[in-house]
Order: sequence, then structure tokens, then C-alpha cells
Amino acid sequence: MAENFPVAFLFFAGAALLFAIPKGNSRAIFLLAVPVAAGLYIWSLPEGDLWTARVFNLDLELMRVDRLSRIFALIFALAAFLGNLYAWHVRDRVQQVATLLYSGSAIGAVFAGDLITLFIYWEGTAIASVFLIWARRTEGAYHTGMRYLIIQVGSGVLLLAGAALYWRETGSLAFEAMTLGSLGTWLIFLAFGIKSAFPLLHNWLQDSYPAATVTGTVILSTFTTKLAIYALARGFAGTEILIYIGAVMTVFPIFYAVIENDLRRVLVYSLNNQLGFMVVGIGIGSELALNGAVAHAFVHILYKGLLLMSMGAVLYRTGTAKGSELGGLYKTMPLTMIFCVIGAASISSFPLFSGFVAKSMVLSDTAKEGYYIIWAALLFASAGVFHHSGIKIPFFAFFAHDSGKRPKEAPWNMLLAMGIGAFLSIAIGVYPAPLYALLPYEVDYSPYSISKVVTTLQLLLFAALAFTVLVRTGIYPPELRSINLDSDWSYRMLFPRVIGAVSRAIGKIWTAMTGFALRRVNGIIAGLYRTHGPEGPLARVWPTGSMVLWIAILLAATLLISFIDLA
Amino acid sequence: MLATFAPLSGFLLHLPILQVIIPLITAPIVVVIGIARIGWLLAFLASIASLVVSYLLLMQVIDGSVISYQIGGWAPPLGIEYRVDAANAFVLLILSVISTVVLPYAKTSVEKEIRAGSQTLFYTAYLLCFTGLLGVVITGDAFNVFVFLEISSLSTYVLVAMGAERDKRALTAAFDYLVMGTIGATFFVIGIGLLYMMTGTLNIVDLASRLEPLSGNRTVQAAFAFIVVGIGLKLAIYPLHLWLPNAYTYAPSAVTSFLAATATKVAIYVLLRFMFSVFAPEFSLASGALQYIILPFGVIAMFAASIVAVFQADLKRTLAYSSVAQIGYMLLGIGYFSNTGLSATMIQLFNHAVTKAALFMAVGALVYRTGTSFIPKLAGLGRQMPWTSAAIVAGGLSLIGIPTTVGFISKWVLLTGALEKDWWWMAILIVASSLIAVIYIWQVVEVLYLKEPENETVVKEAPLSMLLPIWTLIIASFYFGLDTELTLTSARAAADAFIGAVSPIAGASQ
Repeated sequence: MAENFPVAFLFFAGAALLFAIPKGNSRAIFLLAVPVAAGLYIWSLPEGDLWTARVFNLDLELMRVDRLSRIFALIFALAAFLGNLYAWHVRDRVQQVATLLYSGSAIGAVFAGDLITLFIYWEGTAIASVFLIWARRTEGAYHTGMRYLIIQVGSGVLLLAGAALYWRETGSLAFEAMTLGSLGTWLIFLAFGIKSAFPLLHNWLQDSYPAATVTGTVILSTFTTKLAIYALARGFAGTEILIYIGAVMTVFPIFYAVIENDLRRVLVYSLNNQLGFMVVGIGIGSELALNGAVAHAFVHILYKGLLLMSMGAVLYRTGTAKGSELGGLYKTMPLTMIFCVIGAASISSFPLFSGFVAKSMVLSDTAKEGYYIIWAALLFASAGVFHHSGIKIPFFAFFAHDSGKRPKEAPWNMLLAMGIGAFLSIAIGVYPAPLYALLPYEVDYSPYSISKVVTTLQLLLFAALAFTVLVRTGIYPPELRSINLDSDWSYRMLFPRVIGAVSRAIGKIWTAMTGFALRRVNGIIAGLYRTHGPEGPLARVWPTGSMVLWIAILLAATLLISFIDLA
Repeated sequence: MLATFAPLSGFLLHLPILQVIIPLITAPIVVVIGIARIGWLLAFLASIASLVVSYLLLMQVIDGSVISYQIGGWAPPLGIEYRVDAANAFVLLILSVISTVVLPYAKTSVEKEIRAGSQTLFYTAYLLCFTGLLGVVITGDAFNVFVFLEISSLSTYVLVAMGAERDKRALTAAFDYLVMGTIGATFFVIGIGLLYMMTGTLNIVDLASRLEPLSGNRTVQAAFAFIVVGIGLKLAIYPLHLWLPNAYTYAPSAVTSFLAATATKVAIYVLLRFMFSVFAPEFSLASGALQYIILPFGVIAMFAASIVAVFQADLKRTLAYSSVAQIGYMLLGIGYFSNTGLSATMIQLFNHAVTKAALFMAVGALVYRTGTSFIPKLAGLGRQMPWTSAAIVAGGLSLIGIPTTVGFISKWVLLTGALEKDWWWMAILIVASSLIAVIYIWQVVEVLYLKEPENETVVKEAPLSMLLPIWTLIIASFYFGLDTELTLTSARAAADAFIGAVSPIAGASQ
């Protein structure tokens, strides 16, 4: 028992030790050693409930190891390693400590066997991660971080409230599969939903991730949302509503991704869309679909990290990640470009890349279970992913028109981190058996059947064709060629007007709704300040008379209610 | 067990009177000697002695037994009786712990904030206040409660007024408090007078038995209303809290720390004693005061006072309003009218005393070094006074109720009580009001750590004599957040002493 201590403690001890290690390479090496040690340790763990702590008559399961929690813990450790390698050059202790605490909390949450432990780590990820946003140390980043923190902590509070009610209903705090129905489970569901960025609960994601530091975004993209995916897979597998939520999630960020100019933000929209695929898989809840969702989360962490790393490298070297200001970087950043294209191919699920072996599992099971409309939506979303992540990102950053920028190639540590990510993306795509062996259920699935490969290739080729046709026909006005991609305006005109119109309509409604809500909130705060502020009637203290009046009123009230015998 | 030591047994028999008489006798001695340092030493020794006595008392009664002590050998109900049970022994312990921790801090703080000539008088007033509070809690005689309440109140007015060295507004604050406090005390004594008129006795136990047949009597009901409102003023029930923010803001730091942790807690205790021991619990419930006064005003305090705290520019004042809000939680526990609810109130007494005393002391340390508690002037102190600032953050976490702090334990018990009654909307209110605490604590954290200092003057960390008491309480607030054995057991025993004997729900449904 005693030797199977919780993995999270390894990270926390590492964070404490960090203060004792001098700045520089020795600390960077230490930061790499922690996730490596954790990874090896997780690999060696037996299955079962390995560590129980007793607090207030409650048994807290800190180490529930099974196939589902192990694969998530492993990919988290791997992602922490790559993230720290990518951040080798960073000498900011705040970010280093935050990264360790953040990844440790995420792994701790994955191993949590009961809702209280889950809650503690859940809040741990929220609090640790916000420092990666604040680490940018700008006024804007500060406010963004604050908004992010409020939403994340709010999600934790919902989780705790839900857990308390769930405990009242069932007498158990174990974190097992639940069915929606009672207030408690709905609150828990909502808490998970916020962190996995369900539609309309998603805004924190696009708001905060691109606001973090270059390395911070890479770290952030891994843990919070995938932890939520894990929690959904554990708690709400087979909940049908998730299928529809997931389908909406895959489709609607595409419109935003198309009109967005900041390439890191485009990637975050596509992150949201990818989460949708996983949510659909969890909603279907069959063994194949769950395997698909988990495998997708696994490879997604790798290739999304890879894409964000490449954009981060561009940002690091050029100081911007705006599509309209970049272009032609392939000349001086060829390796970064190659890695980015590999990431793009993976996310578009080209055969022989990692996205293909995972996403096809969810897709084919959707069709098999008879959700044809959902299946069509997912196909549409796949085409959309290919368009904005597969074509748009590498095209605008590295090719397109020449921006004249001639930055140096990314530093060696970034290249190495991207290289490992790219290698793994291809390796899993070519030889998926080791990944399949890790999945929660036995896999009897071969991605490389003729029909699947052909379907996918058809889809991708037609998407590419559509793109080309749109460009070549009148929809792409010739005069734009000259000012092509020079400004936001031209950039928004480049792509089909239909999509533009739809997204603008959605945007307008959304702005109107948020604007209304914002005005109301501001009104309430102003009202509160009028009444409760230093000059407000409720904060006045000097007049003794008002106090005496209150005493009289209260006495009268007390007398009255005793005399008229209310009770 | 202790009584088997023959020489000790006589001493042990007189513990109840020693509890009050030690600080009472010390007070005039301090004046006579007239040297501030020796005055402080004597006060500190008296406080330690009180601590020992109260600990011994609590150990004797924690199993639910009761000690009855007859002053001068006059048997109750004619003579004055001191009566110790689990409930008041617990409060006595809180009082003497806080006093013992605050006094070492007070020495440094008082040397800076109070003119040298007045310092001995300060310690005298302090000891009298301490005596009064102890007396209110330990006595078993209703009129004696009033007497001790006046002793503590009068010395409190003096103590608050001593803040005039730093800020002249302390004088108005003390005067306002005097007027309001006197009205409260008058109401209280009117209530007791009415009871005496009806029953001819002042002994609490005797009163209780004689009041039982009189439950429908209008005079008794009026007495109840007067007592609840009079005490309500002392404990700062929400609309009657107006004296508190100024008194706490302008009093010397040591006084604020001591009063915030003790005075309102004693008032809560008196309220409980009258509602549940003098009047029968069923009577209190039937009067409607619990449902229509205590509970709603408790909830209003939780929100309104917290929101006012958010908009304050003076840190002491922020904390003062936060105290009003925290008192709301205690009232909420009473309003539940259940064993768990009263446990929550009792444990919140202890937890809030520890937390708020630590916070006010830490703010006092900031005042000691910078001369102000105006929040914008504290910018960037997080780096210059790291220990003090860290204490404010840690205390703030406890106010919010983060797990592993005592604040969490209070709210947890309070939540359990709410869920026991299936009042889950109440559970939501409790959590929601805690979120407001996040706002006002965060504002302070932001100013201390994230803002650049206004000017370049170097501010030193507070002296060790201040840091040690502050951190003792901060560590206690975390220790008792993890190990709840002592506090929860005492709080449960105290709750049992009030309504454990009767079955509250069955009684209520009659």
C-alpha cells in the first residue's frame, strides 16, 4: 500500500523542490525529469484502489488505477514532458511551478476515485493554470485570467454542490457512472460541461488560451479540457444528450475558426471542435465509441500540442500570430513548417497520421448505431477541420503571400519538442497497435480497411477541391488577389460569403445576447454600489438616530410576531 | 481524577470564581503600580491563569456534567450562582485563549498607538473588559449577566476611545457606541425586570422552571422581545450593527483584535442562554423570533454586510463588515433550531474568533509600519512585509471557507445542518455568500501583491512580537481546519447543553 503513493504528490514535491534548484539548465532538466519519473511510475502501477486517505469519516480514494485512468495519466505525463521541453528556455519560476502543479493536479484528478478528491484536484487545475495566463504580465492578460479563474472555480463549486447533493441521494461519494435525473447529477454534469467547453459554456476557452504565454498556451491546451473529457467518460458514458451536444460542438466553432485571424485562436476553436468528436463518442457509449473517444483524446493532445507549438514558435520569432501579417515563413523556418504540416495532416485525419486511426473509430460507430444526421454533421465538421486547421493554418503562416518576414528557425528545444510530437503522430498513424493496447476496452478494429480509407480520402479530396473551386470561380473576386491577406477585411472576404453571412448572423445574435447580459450585470453592480457603496444608505454608520429607529422597529416586530402567534 | 491530589482539590473547587476574580483583582493592582511594562506583565499573567482555569473547567464538564458554585456560600436562588456547563466552558476557553494570544501583540502595538501616560490605564480597562466578558459567560444569575455586561461595555467604550491618539474619529465612534450600547443594555435590563416581576427570581435555572407554566403570558413575551433585541444590539444583528464598523475601525489595533474575537461571541452566547435555557426552546420557537427575526436577518447579514465590505476603502472597515456577515452565519445556525445548527454556531464562534483576531492583528501590523489601513495605500506591501501579508491571505482563505481552514469546517457543519432539513436553497445561499468573501479578500490580495508600491519608502516587516501571535492564530486556523476533534466535540457538547435534552423537532410540532 504505502509504496503506491499518489502520482500527483510527485509533481507537488517537484514544485516545492524547484525553489531549491538554481535557475538555468539544471532546473530545466529537473522539470523534464519529473514527468519522466511520473510516466515510468504510472506505467508500473498495478490496477486497483491503491491509496485511501481518511478525512472526516470519509474515505478518499486518491489512486484509483484502471485502464481508463491510466491512459489519461500517461498522456498527461507525456504532454507535461513535451510542454516542459518546449519551455526549456523559459526562466520564469512562476510558470514553472504553475506547470508542475497544474499537470500534477490534472493527473491527480484522473486518479481520483471519489467526488471530493476530484473536486480538490479540479480546483487545483483551475488555480494553478491561471498563473500561466497571468505570467504574460499585461493588464489584458490579468483581466482575461480573472475571467478564466471565475469560470473555472465556478465549475468546481458546481461540482462540489452536485457532489453534496449526490451524496445525500445515494449515500455514496464514489466517482462512478451516473445517470442524469436528479439535481445533484445535473450540477455535476454542468461542472464537467463547463470545463469541456460545451456550446454556450465555451467562451472561456477562446478567451483565455490565446492570451497565455507562448509556452503557457501549449500547456493549457492539454489538461483542463481533456480532464473534463475523462470525467465525462467516467461519469456519463452513454448519456444520449451528449451526442447532440457533441455534434453541435463539432460544427459551430468552424464558423468562428473561418473568420478568425489570430492563428492561435483558430487552433483553439478547432480544439473546441475536436472536443465535440470526443463528446459524441462518449455519448454513444459503446465500447468502440468510448475507445474512439479516449484514443482521440490521446492523439489530439499530441497533434494539437504540435500545432500550437508551431504557431507558438512563429509567435516567438515574429511577435505575431495574425494570419494577415504572416506568410512565406517556410523560407527561414522550414523545420517548423514541416512539423506544422504533420500536425495539420494529423488533425485532418489523413490516413497514416494519428488523427485517422482515432477519429474513424467514433465516426464509424456513429454510423453503425444509426445516428445518420450526427454522422453527416461529423463529416461536415471533419471537412471543416481540414479546411481551417489543415489548410488555413500552414497556408497562411508559412506560404500564402510573402510577408517579407525572415525570422530565424525556432530554438532547438522547441524543434525537439515538436519533432517528438510529429514523430509520435506519424508513428501512431502508421502502427496504432500499441495505442489500441492501452485503450480501456479490448480492440478489434482495423482502421485501414479499403472503405474507410477511401471514404476519408474522398472527403478530404472533395474538401480540397471545393476550396480550390471556390478560389478559382467568381466567388473569389480577382481584385482581392492584390490585397490578398493584407488586412482583416480582405481576409474575411476570402472565404464563402454564405459562411460569412451565417457566422455574422450567429455573431450578431450572440453579441446582442451577451451585450444585454453585460448591461444587466453592469446595472446590477451599479445598483449595488449605490446602495452598498461607501456613500450608500446601507453603509452609513454615523447617525445614532437611525440606529435607535432600527431598534424600535425590530422590537415592534419581535413583539408583534410573538403576540399574533404566527408559529 | 484531578481531585485526587489532596492539595489541589480545594483549589479546584473554587475554579469558577477564580476565573473571574483573577483579572478583576489584577486590574486595580495595575493602576496602583502605574508602570506600563509591569502592567502588561500582570495582565499577561492573569490572562494565562485564566486560560489554565478555563481549560480545567472545560475538561471537567465536557462529558455533559454541570458545576454549580455558590458565591459566598449563599445557596441559589437567593444567592448568586456561577454555573459552568459545556457551552459556557467552551466560550470561556475561547475568551482566555484569544486574550492570551492578543496580549503579547498588544504590548508592541500599544507602545506605538497609545500615549505613554495612558498605557497602564489601557491595561486596566482591558482587564476589566476581559473580566466583564468572562463574568457574563460564567454567571448563572440573570441580573449578574447585566452587571458584567455593563462592566465589559463601559471598559470597551474607554478602550475604543483610546484610538483617538491615531484618529480623532475614535471619540465619536466610542460615543456612538456608548449611546447605542446603553440603549441595548437598557432593553436587556427591562426584559429582566419584567421577568423578575412575573417570577420573583433572577437565578437562571429557577427562572426557567418558573417560566414554564407562563408560556402564554404577554408580559413574558414582552420580556423575551426586549431581551432578544437588547442582546441583538450587542451582537450586531444586521440592522443593529451600526455601532460596530466605526468602533472596530478607529479603536487601537489590539482592542479591535480582542473585541472582534470576543465581544460579539459573548453576546451570541447570552442570546443562546436566554433563548434555550431561560426560556424553553419551545417557547423561543413558538414566539416566532427564530423564524422571523434571527433566520432572515442572519441571511440578510450574510449578503448585505458582505457586499458593503466589498466597497470599503479601509481594510479594517472591510473586516468589520465581514464580521457582521460572519455573525450572520452564527445566527443562521441558531435559526435552524437543530442540534447540528447550534453546533455550527458554536464552532463558528471559535473558528471566527481565531480567524478574525489573526486578521485584525495582521492589519494592525500593517498600521504599525505604515500608519494606515487605507487599502490603496497598502499597494505592493506583499513584498515588503511578506509574513504579515501572507497572514492576511491565509486568514482570508479561512474567511472564504477554503477546505483545510477552520472557515471551511464552520460552513461544512452549517451546510450539513441545512441539508438535514432539506433546505438546499439555503445551502446555495451559504455558498453564494462565501463567493462574495472571495471578492473582498481578492481585492486586498491584488493590492498587496499585484500593485506597484506608491512611493519608494522602504517598509520593514512587522516586529517578531507581532508576527508570533498572528502566526500562532493562523496556524491554529489551519490546524483546527484539519483536526476537528477538540472543536467539534466541544461544539457538539455545547449544543447538547442547550437543546440536547429536549427533542427539538418533536417539541416544535406540538
